[in-house]
Amino acid sequence: MHDVRFTIPEQDLNREPFTTKIPDFQKKSEVMITDRGYKCRITNIVRLSAQERLFQLRIVDPLERDVFSFRPGQFLMLEVPGYGEAPISISSSTSNREFIELCIRKAGHVTSALFEAASGAMVSIRGPFGTTFPMEQMQDRNILLIAGGLGIAPLRAPLYWINDHRDRFGKVWFLYGARDPGQLFFDYQFEEWKTVSHIELHTIVEHPDANWTGRTGLITSLFDEISFDPKETWAIVCGPPVMFKFVCSHLDRIGIPMNRMFVSLERRMHCGMGKCCRCMVGATFTCLDGPVFDYWSVMNLKEAI
Amino acid sequence: MIYKVISKPEFRKFIDTLVKANTAFGPRQVDTDHHGEPVYQFMPVGSADDIAFDYTKTHSSAKHFFLPFREEISHFTFRDGDWEQQIRYEARPVVLIGLRPCDIRAVNILDDVMLHGPYPSPYYLARRKNTFIIGMDHLPLPDCFCKSMNRHTVSYGFNLFCSDIGDKFYLSINSSKAFGFLKEFETGDPTPEDDCLLIERRKLIKQSFRTDVEVTGLPCFLDIEFESPIWEKWGQRCLNCGTCAMVCPTCYCYSVEEHFDTDLKGSSRRNRLYSCNLVDFAEVAGGHNFRPKNSDRLKYRYYHHYRGFAANDNQQICVGCNRCGRACLTGINPKDVINDLRLERESCMTCVSPSRNRT
Repeated sequence: MHDVRFTIPEQDLNREPFTTKIPDFQKKSEVMITDRGYKCRITNIVRLSAQERLFQLRIVDPLERDVFSFRPGQFLMLEVPGYGEAPISISSSTSNREFIELCIRKAGHVTSALFEAASGAMVSIRGPFGTTFPMEQMQDRNILLIAGGLGIAPLRAPLYWINDHRDRFGKVWFLYGARDPGQLFFDYQFEEWKTVSHIELHTIVEHPDANWTGRTGLITSLFDEISFDPKETWAIVCGPPVMFKFVCSHLDRIGIPMNRMFVSLERRMHCGMGKCCRCMVGATFTCLDGPVFDYWSVMNLKEAI
Repeated sequence: MIYKVISKPEFRKFIDTLVKANTAFGPRQVDTDHHGEPVYQFMPVGSADDIAFDYTKTHSSAKHFFLPFREEISHFTFRDGDWEQQIRYEARPVVLIGLRPCDIRAVNILDDVMLHGPYPSPYYLARRKNTFIIGMDHLPLPDCFCKSMNRHTVSYGFNLFCSDIGDKFYLSINSSKAFGFLKEFETGDPTPEDDCLLIERRKLIKQSFRTDVEVTGLPCFLDIEFESPIWEKWGQRCLNCGTCAMVCPTCYCYSVEEHFDTDLKGSSRRNRLYSCNLVDFAEVAGGHNFRPKNSDRLKYRYYHHYRGFAANDNQQICVGCNRCGRACLTGINPKDVINDLRLERESCMTCVSPSRNRT
């Protein structure tokens, strides 16, 4: 008689199943099964260095493979069942609908478990999440890409994008710095970027080894090698936290408007959906409002960089 | 909203019937503390006699009925290198009795957090929809500051709200479910005298607040005081135990963990409530901690409560119940921290000295 039971109708809980149709994120009060991931098989593992590997994944279900699409700069939650989840930025081409590439450093619990896995093992992904680099707005402009170390991982997607639509962009520079020559990843693609994509590539290392013939120093010292019109150039920056401060303030001094400089931040994330608050910076969720921010909004955030 | 009055014996009968037919939780005395004061907690109740209607405070809040400390969000069953993922939204219908206005306001804030935005939480929704809330007003305790946060009244988010007007309860009925239940009991429409008594009661509650926290313009103030040494001063006292977040009625930050089943044939992914004061809250893989110091983490907590959330949802997340202040082992409480921040600037010699005349 006094039963207060309220059952949520099934269609209310899962109005648009996450797995078969692209969910409409704009619709409010839409309840989705967001915790169900896409099953993926590891198809290839490329060893980049002792700590970093490039994992190539393929979504098992053909329907889900069709649904999964992302934009440059977005990330996904990679799950190794039993071990946990980690946010990983996608570093493959957006036009490659067959495979997803993730550049991963062995750093924590989940990635250590992943490094144990061999080709053919299964993992699960959720996503994609986050904001994107505004590649459409950058059309007909020059682009300055700046990466430090593993910061190249989220920058590979815009690099591929530029490669796919090379005629839409002006000059493209890519400044790439690392601690030592072994940390310059994807060196097998350098020639391709230079000759096929016509990207002006400059590399620098902090601690050279015996075979290194290039420049030595910090990434900011590469700026004297290039000259560009700051009014017509958009910048994309990604690297370790300390790099942002120096690079962005330098670009600001040169005269690139702050809303045309984009940075990709990293934070600890647990849900990817703006609920767990682990990635929060002041009032901003790195997972919903980021990871790609323009420098103007990051500069206003306390303790962001 | 429909207003009714019900005599206290009849109300007891109503609660008794409701409690006996459903899983119900209400304030119960569980112990006495070292001062001899009774300790109350929201506990399962079997009859109306179990409920301490005139309880003063509960140390832990009612949020745990919506956000349990641990919760399995999905389960993996492994089979031949493959797995099957099960997701269930389990929610038992629950009656909550005796929530204070600030507690209900806290649940409303949780609604804004968990059910709005691009990814509403189905786990929370299932629980929220299956909860029947009976609120009760109370005379504020000496350290309540919900009036400063404007959270001492509540107008939605409950099924039934009772105001004590002498020998009767003035009921605000906010759901058809509650209205239906009350049909079987003797209720009356409020007379003008009852209305007057309610107004008197409200006035009494309003005038009984003894703690005031000045929050006007606080978001801007916190921005100005970001580098203030006050944070260091309070941060040094913090033990990073995370108690404040556990007792807070609105703190909802969590971590997601995965554990293998003991037979290794499956694993479960669990939510666990977390606290931004715990050391590894913002630590990323590789060891970099974005908030390495005590003061950074304490500051972040205050920022989220009074600054960040204000920017996101146009309201401050704190409801002014002072549970964190009571629970803190080292005596950190919002009132002192905020007043300290304000005082530091207001007693600053360069600011209070007269400005130069303009020519």
